[in-house]
Amino acid sequence: MNHAAHGWRAGIVLAVVLLMAGCGASNPRVITLQFWTVGQEGDAVTHLLPAFEKAHPDIHVSVQQIPLTAAHEKLLTAFAGGSLPDVTQIGNTWIAEFTALHALEPLQSYVAHSQVIREQDYFASAWATNVIDGTLYGIPWYVDTRLLFYRADLLRDAGFDAPPRDWAEWQRQMDAIRKCSHGTRWGALLPTNEYDQLLALALQEHAPLLRDGGRYGNFESAGFKRALAFYVGLFKRDDVPPVSDVQVSNPWQAFGRGEFVFYLSGPWNIGEFRKRLPASRQSEWSTAQLPGPGGPGDSVAYGSSLVILRGSKHKDAARKLIEYLSRPDVQVRFYELLGDLPARRSAWGSPVLEHDPKLRAFSAQLEHMRPAPQVPEWEQIVNMMQDVAARAIAGQLTIDEAAAQMDAQADTILAKRRWVLDRQLQSGSRQ
Amino acid sequence: MNRASTAWLFLAPALLVLGAFFLLPVLAGLGLSLTDYDIYALADIHNLRFVGLANYWDLLHRRLFWAALGHTLYFVVAGVPLSMLASLGTALLLNSSAARFKPVFRTALFAPVVTTVVAVAVIWRYLFNTQYGVVDFVLTHLGIPPIDWLGDPHWAMPMIILFAVWKNFGYNMIILLAGLQAIPAELYEAARIDGASGWRQFRHITLPALAPILLMVGILTVSGYFQLFAEPYVITEGGPLQSTVSVLYLMYQDGFKWWNMGTASAVAFLLFLVMFVATMALWRAGVSREDAA
Repeated sequence: MNHAAHGWRAGIVLAVVLLMAGCGASNPRVITLQFWTVGQEGDAVTHLLPAFEKAHPDIHVSVQQIPLTAAHEKLLTAFAGGSLPDVTQIGNTWIAEFTALHALEPLQSYVAHSQVIREQDYFASAWATNVIDGTLYGIPWYVDTRLLFYRADLLRDAGFDAPPRDWAEWQRQMDAIRKCSHGTRWGALLPTNEYDQLLALALQEHAPLLRDGGRYGNFESAGFKRALAFYVGLFKRDDVPPVSDVQVSNPWQAFGRGEFVFYLSGPWNIGEFRKRLPASRQSEWSTAQLPGPGGPGDSVAYGSSLVILRGSKHKDAARKLIEYLSRPDVQVRFYELLGDLPARRSAWGSPVLEHDPKLRAFSAQLEHMRPAPQVPEWEQIVNMMQDVAARAIAGQLTIDEAAAQMDAQADTILAKRRWVLDRQLQSGSRQ
Repeated sequence: MNRASTAWLFLAPALLVLGAFFLLPVLAGLGLSLTDYDIYALADIHNLRFVGLANYWDLLHRRLFWAALGHTLYFVVAGVPLSMLASLGTALLLNSSAARFKPVFRTALFAPVVTTVVAVAVIWRYLFNTQYGVVDFVLTHLGIPPIDWLGDPHWAMPMIILFAVWKNFGYNMIILLAGLQAIPAELYEAARIDGASGWRQFRHITLPALAPILLMVGILTVSGYFQLFAEPYVITEGGPLQSTVSVLYLMYQDGFKWWNMGTASAVAFLLFLVMFVATMALWRAGVSREDAA
């Protein structure tokens, strides 16, 4: 492996230099741990690493930042080329895929002996996204979910003191907002090319989106159809504009101007709204748990995990790094640096998190999350789901037709998976 | 050593490079298109199946493939003539004896070619925004109702075509300008003495003299426009309602986003076939016209 060869070469060079200098005082056995991060986390983590390297003088961590848009391709290409790092940050919806590649090291036995990483301290759904077929492959680093951002002042203008608790109330509020603003203000912004919103609503229905162990699509279930009908209905009732991300160049400004009242989005927008909206507006926006079909509902369990690559030569050092980054105090520090939400409940007890009113809805929502289906093809399926849903919004398909389309296309996408699973079953039964 | 083997010896380095970096990858791609290479095969090569022409068969039964082919053809059929007309028109204007400040205009008109697609595309996204865009602002003042360029599936492709024409016409303009400047001035002089009008001079001197260059420029533009990718990738992300998904965009999605390399290779070879037929037809038409002339 690439990094191993580097380390080996560096070792020889170091040894030669030491021999020539005739002294053996410094320790030549410092290992270099390759650590890849995705997106902004790389910047923040460099502030956390000096303390780790001080505590472990024999480990040097070399961080490589990969931009989010290129991360998936880069990881797959590195796998194909055998140049994966020792540890990497990975989106929890990709874990199934890299497990299928046999690229990840199982962590179950290690966690059982760890003093720092305790399963019961983690948000259950966030932890579950790292367990594939009963085996643990990643440790949640930070968590992420989707809920409602809303303008409390505009909601009050429409005659409501509190954010909605269920779908019916949410719809009533948006109808009222449309009415009392004479159509100048939208109820919500749900960009039609983002699948997160429909996915979150669908997961609330507790109907599995795939069936038979991820062999077939299950979009024609009554539960999914209810979620789809509610979602498409919001556009049909003219509460939500049928626009995509491409058309909304600056959702933060539009939110600040009051062009819409509800925005279904993730935790990074707390920072964005604090940064982008004027001080006078800061008391007027708030967050709320996602309304469900009957009372406050679930949302989708996103987030990033730390994983050890199977080919790593420094698994012990890798475990130490993951353990360090999982410490509650380091998690709090990480939140302060970047705003990424800690994956551990004990970190949420820290004053910076506990006393932040905008975070209160998040700490409630994190207890009510559900993971998306864990199959390697999920990313493709969920993109397909949204493409079909967008056609339903445009009136090209009815709810039933759209659900049937999704199932048909999902079955096609999953054809190879069915073949692979059947083959594994056959070879298993032969043994 | 005879002459033939000497020639082969001189050609050998070029052939080797071509073979290693062009022929081999193409053959490998063809081989790949006959398999179902995907991430399961990447994990374990025993998961690779030889599927014959199944990838091609499935593509021919896929709605999105035909839609993508339709969008690409639309882009080529509308975009190439527009682009050529813009290039020829501006080249004629620049070549005209009445034109002033020629170097300034030449540079200004060529500028879009050397700009970065991504940077310019972002600006175009703002220009064509329904709410704040200057394009709809001007349209409204002319009494035309605003058009939802980025959100209406009927208008997204025309906008992409406009963008591509604006971005690319300068390149062909420079080539055609060189062609115009190579036409001997005596021909025009003789025509003027014979009393030929401006239009007849253009029709009987300029066009025939430019024909070989126009043919070459046309073929290059057609093959370039068939490979539509960056514009929808940056401006519309294939939307709205997948109305700007081109064949190459589909290949990118299948291959690099979903890692279905078998399908993606099949898409590439189908696109190659379409482009091959189109350029051959164009070439045949151009050559037979030259023979007739």
